Amino acid sequence: MAQSTNDLPLAEIRNYTMNFGPQHPAAHGVLRLVLEMDGEVIQKADPHIGLLHRATEKLAESKHFNHSIGYMDRLDYVSMMCNEHAYVLAIEKLLGIKPPERAQYIRVLFDEITRILNHLMWLGAHALDIGAMTVFLLCFKEREELMDVYEAVSGTRMHATYYRPGGVYRDLPQSMPKYQPSKWRSRKEVDRLNETRSGSMLDFIDAFAERFPVAIADYETLLTDNRIWKQRTVNIGVVPPERALQLGFSGPMLRGSGVVWDLRKKQPYEVYERMDFDIPVGTNGDCYDRYLVRIEELRQSTRIIRQCIEWLRKNPGPVMADDRKVRPPSREHMKGDMESLIHHFKFFTEGYDVPAGETYAAVEAPKGEFGIYLVSDGANKPYRLKCRAPGFAHLASLEEMVRGHMLADVVAVIGTQDIVFGEIDR
Amino acid sequence: MANPLKTFLLPELLKGMSVTARTFFTRKYTLNYPEEKAPQSPRFRGLHALRRYANGEERCIACKLCETTCPATCITIDSDVSADGTRRTTRYDIDLFKCIYCGFCEEACPVDAIVLTRIHEYHMENRGENVMSKDKLLAVGERYETLIAADKAADAPYR
Repeated sequence: MAQSTNDLPLAEIRNYTMNFGPQHPAAHGVLRLVLEMDGEVIQKADPHIGLLHRATEKLAESKHFNHSIGYMDRLDYVSMMCNEHAYVLAIEKLLGIKPPERAQYIRVLFDEITRILNHLMWLGAHALDIGAMTVFLLCFKEREELMDVYEAVSGTRMHATYYRPGGVYRDLPQSMPKYQPSKWRSRKEVDRLNETRSGSMLDFIDAFAERFPVAIADYETLLTDNRIWKQRTVNIGVVPPERALQLGFSGPMLRGSGVVWDLRKKQPYEVYERMDFDIPVGTNGDCYDRYLVRIEELRQSTRIIRQCIEWLRKNPGPVMADDRKVRPPSREHMKGDMESLIHHFKFFTEGYDVPAGETYAAVEAPKGEFGIYLVSDGANKPYRLKCRAPGFAHLASLEEMVRGHMLADVVAVIGTQDIVFGEIDR
Repeated sequence: MANPLKTFLLPELLKGMSVTARTFFTRKYTLNYPEEKAPQSPRFRGLHALRRYANGEERCIACKLCETTCPATCITIDSDVSADGTRRTTRYDIDLFKCIYCGFCEEACPVDAIVLTRIHEYHMENRGENVMSKDKLLAVGERYETLIAADKAADAPYR
């Protein structure tokens, strides 16, 4: 039987499925995104997670409370101290202790330094993904200074292990490490490099806070009005406020949609209620608004940092709660008297028991609400630990945000979500 | 097209490029790495070392606090009574691949024997070299004793 061409079924055009990542440089780590494409338009985006799973939550169950602090750094590995903060807050809540005021100010100071670190990393990577190389280099210049602060205070540039239940490990150093003369630099040049490093660490951070707004203005000159930047971000990945709330967004993702929500204001922890700062919010909920929100957060963080410095300069004091059960005695005491030595050994072999109960402590991490749900059965190890990672909720909405957009916009949306796999996969 | 003049004269792009141009003429902030190095804090937590007292006696008394407190369980210690009747380690291994450089061992050590030094430029060439044996750790300690002592002295008031 002859068939006319009109009767033939239309040639079936199947959507093209492609893998985005896990080795794609714009996939921010180990995101494997299975995209179903109609031409260049995304029909479906299916994020696959788990490639960076390290069982942090399970591991914590077999360690003393203090031992997991170092692992918290490695969750969201670009906002290290904020993760530690949530963890030590949870322990402190169960123990019913409060760190001394100075420790609280130090924590707030470093939370904000961490926020700047994170946002600079985000801004640099996001701009680079979209095609602006210069911003990346400029951001990393400033980031380096803050990394030096991290190192001066804790000994490492990233994984600080600095916060402890009951305070922070050590007080801020009175001097900053300095550049050494070498055959590449004259004495004069080294002196110029060391200019901001001649005083204490607070002076160094102060000099940074003084200079940083100028740097932010530079980033803004490069991006905010730039037509390419705007074409790539305006009206991309729009999330209306109701939807943002339904999806469990937090942090700049939520504020970008215009919801005024910031844990630092809504349920202040440490000394945030004494700080004078504003919460920026967006209006359209697109990538561009979230960019503006984060840029403004850089400025607000600088403001908070300056207030902390002012207070810390005037008020020396202890940085650890005077509770022999949750902190080891000072080295001097430990070497001098028997009682302290016994405490030292008890602390490092047994740790401390945390009263049975459960608690949830959350901080406003740079990416959103980072929370720790902690259950204790009265032993010296957590019975159960659960991390509430902001990135997880954000990644879950990726499909909704990219559907109907072009392939290149996926990169912009991943960038705007500020995805870090350390916290999502845990 | 809100403002055709703005559309065609590219003012914001030129402004952005002026930032780039200005940065081009500012001083470089990069370092010529192997020859010159970034500043390093005395608190730096790098490669481990085992220290000796000034008279050459090993500091470590095999109390195993570091082994107990290590979150990554990267320290393995065996101990025995030595010839002079003191308690000493016969084996002190640190697996550098397991270590997370949290510094808890140093915090726990009651005799300042195990320390984290500021050495961070080390490498391994063969399988198994990641495990630092007692001899290797003591060798690091002997080689850098002045540096280590200065760093620990600088940080002593804060601990």
